[in-house]
Amino acid sequence: MARMTMVEAIRNAHDVAMERDDKVIVFGEDVGYFGGVFRCTAGLQKKYGKSRCFDTPISESGIVGTAIGMAAYGLRPCVEMQFADYMYPAYDQIVSEAARLRYRSAGEFTCPIVVRMPTGGGIFGGQTHSQSPEALFTHVAGLKTVVPSNPRDAKGLLLAAIDDPDPVIFLEPKRLYNGQFDGHYDKPIESWKKSELSEVDEGYAPIPLGKAKIRREGSDVTILAYGTMVHVALAAVEDSGVDGEVIDLRTLVPLDVDAITASVRKTGRCVVVHEATLTSGFGAELAALVQQECFWHLEAPVTRVAGWDTPYPHAQEWHYFPGPPRIVTALRAVMET
Amino acid sequence: MTDTPKLSFHVPDPELRPGDTPDFSHVKVPQAGSVRRPEIDERPADMRDLAFSIIRVLDRNGQAVGPWAGSLTPDQLVEGLRHMMTLRTFDARMMTAQRQGKTSFYMQHLGEEAVSCAFRLAMKPGDMNFPTYRQAGLLIASGYPMTQMMNQIYSNEADPLRGRQLPIMYASKEHGFFSISGNLATQFVQAVGWAMASAISGDSRIAAGWIGDGSTAENDFHAGMVFASTYKAPVVLNIVNNQWAISTFQGIAVGEAGTLAARGHGFGIPALRVDGNDYLAVHAVAQWAVERARHNLGPTLVEYVTYRAGGHSTSDDPSGYRPKEESAAWPLGDPILRLKTHLIEIGAWSEERHVQTEAQIRDEVVTAQKEAESIGTLHSGRHPSPREMFEDVYAEMPAHLIRQRHEVGY
Repeated sequence: MARMTMVEAIRNAHDVAMERDDKVIVFGEDVGYFGGVFRCTAGLQKKYGKSRCFDTPISESGIVGTAIGMAAYGLRPCVEMQFADYMYPAYDQIVSEAARLRYRSAGEFTCPIVVRMPTGGGIFGGQTHSQSPEALFTHVAGLKTVVPSNPRDAKGLLLAAIDDPDPVIFLEPKRLYNGQFDGHYDKPIESWKKSELSEVDEGYAPIPLGKAKIRREGSDVTILAYGTMVHVALAAVEDSGVDGEVIDLRTLVPLDVDAITASVRKTGRCVVVHEATLTSGFGAELAALVQQECFWHLEAPVTRVAGWDTPYPHAQEWHYFPGPPRIVTALRAVMET
Repeated sequence: MTDTPKLSFHVPDPELRPGDTPDFSHVKVPQAGSVRRPEIDERPADMRDLAFSIIRVLDRNGQAVGPWAGSLTPDQLVEGLRHMMTLRTFDARMMTAQRQGKTSFYMQHLGEEAVSCAFRLAMKPGDMNFPTYRQAGLLIASGYPMTQMMNQIYSNEADPLRGRQLPIMYASKEHGFFSISGNLATQFVQAVGWAMASAISGDSRIAAGWIGDGSTAENDFHAGMVFASTYKAPVVLNIVNNQWAISTFQGIAVGEAGTLAARGHGFGIPALRVDGNDYLAVHAVAQWAVERARHNLGPTLVEYVTYRAGGHSTSDDPSGYRPKEESAAWPLGDPILRLKTHLIEIGAWSEERHVQTEAQIRDEVVTAQKEAESIGTLHSGRHPSPREMFEDVYAEMPAHLIRQRHEVGY
């Protein structure tokens, strides 16, 4: 075990995967010599050579398109989109090609690729470095979508994603890369090394996709969150005095429905939190699921706290971001119902 | 600076539309045998001329002439003629089957048979094509069973793709035929990725990407060219220029800026233009490009100049946008007739054998069709179970799909 930041854990996952399987190939913009703008692939080119870790032209459809061809050949490409906001040129390759290749060829060709991308805001990145596009992937049959919330999960889930026989979208909350962030933007950042979630097994320790994790047990209300918002939700629970149960979904597709329904049946209340815009966000899926599966247990309407339906702003970042105060308000409201 | 004119907007138009007399006098067709054949390791910058001419082998009298002649034996050419004739007969039967309501959709190759049939002969087992929807000659020429193709077209119980794909969107790894998407150009850059993977793995296999004249305008064409150029991928990049993208003439994709092949120059990729209706020329150029790739010399861009004599698909009627007799006026002729004439000219074929072979092929296609139809066509007979609709979305069926499958009753 070693204490790692999320960036170090992701780098370590690449290292372990590349060490144990020479079919694992890593590439993307600035990924090779420099090791990525967030340093998630630093040292890999030096250790594994230019044929296994290399820089690409600035062409996201080229990156994903070539990865699909490589996967059809038999390699296991793990590629980086520099920001999730930049993935749109690759969207056709992801949706029409990677997601459907197994289906449309009846298993004749498959697409075991991982597309990693830094997601979410909180870094004053404006509208092109802050988006959370997870719902654009969860809506697509054939994709798996993963959002880790801490170094240990990032390592384990990335290893599982690379091993997976199908395409996996791996969204890395960039605000968590180098420190814990609970939405209290005016307070100092806690180092990851102070959290037990930074204790990472240095070997091959995959965490299975599709399993949620209870981060805080509680009896009053279930809070469904993923990525950065797990920490924000935990802070909001402390601020509110409500005994909330915080579930870190970890994987959005496949979704751990049992963990969600078991918790809501226990608490009778549910608040869904995400940073992405509200309308047609993944929270809508969660809310529909909870009301259908847990209707007779519910004491209050399922409530969503999400980013506003605007592009991600720059100066107004903390008015846009669904921070602890907005979640506290929602928690108190569902308790009063 | 005060006298600048009012800006005007330019939209290219084909010279001729329905009702006009077909005229291809603007298509400059060089003499067969007149275009040089460089060594495969010649520098791309030294062979730019080849993007502006048309490599041709068969002359007007059916003789094979010039430096590109001689890549195939007479026996291979007879086999090639058989492939093209089979593809044309297959197409005709399936066009009729679609009109009879036995399937929803079909796309034929009329006039373009030489391109995919001859190209396939230049590749080796293990190599991979990333085709568009108009390269079924790759399957015919590699011995893929016609019954299987028809099972796919009819989406019947024996359909290898389990009824999930639009007709003609075949896939066969064994036959070096990547799954056809139906979205345009996506496969072009995937071919480059497959070739990069082969190079990364120290393999000797190569890939070929395919694209039409219209879809060279897509983002993925350019992404494919950039990646192929950057990593010197062992790939042959084929543009089939059949003049028409549904109703849109090629000038809309390429403007009036030279040829499609010339687009290779900016990427430092050697670019050749070839008579796509000349089986011998297609094979010779394909073999040259395949050899380049196989010898670590990198990608080649090839433009096949041909003509789509039929509609884009069974949903298209070309009489609405081009002169009716245009295909008869196409200066590069019919690929089957041209190869037949050549084989007769060299004493390897005769009118009698041609007629016999036509009858034989018709029997083979009809036999395959009967076999496929005995299993089922789109609206009759046996089909894949609705249960299979839920399979292969993922390697392992997740809980939510199992639930949905149960809802359908399976």
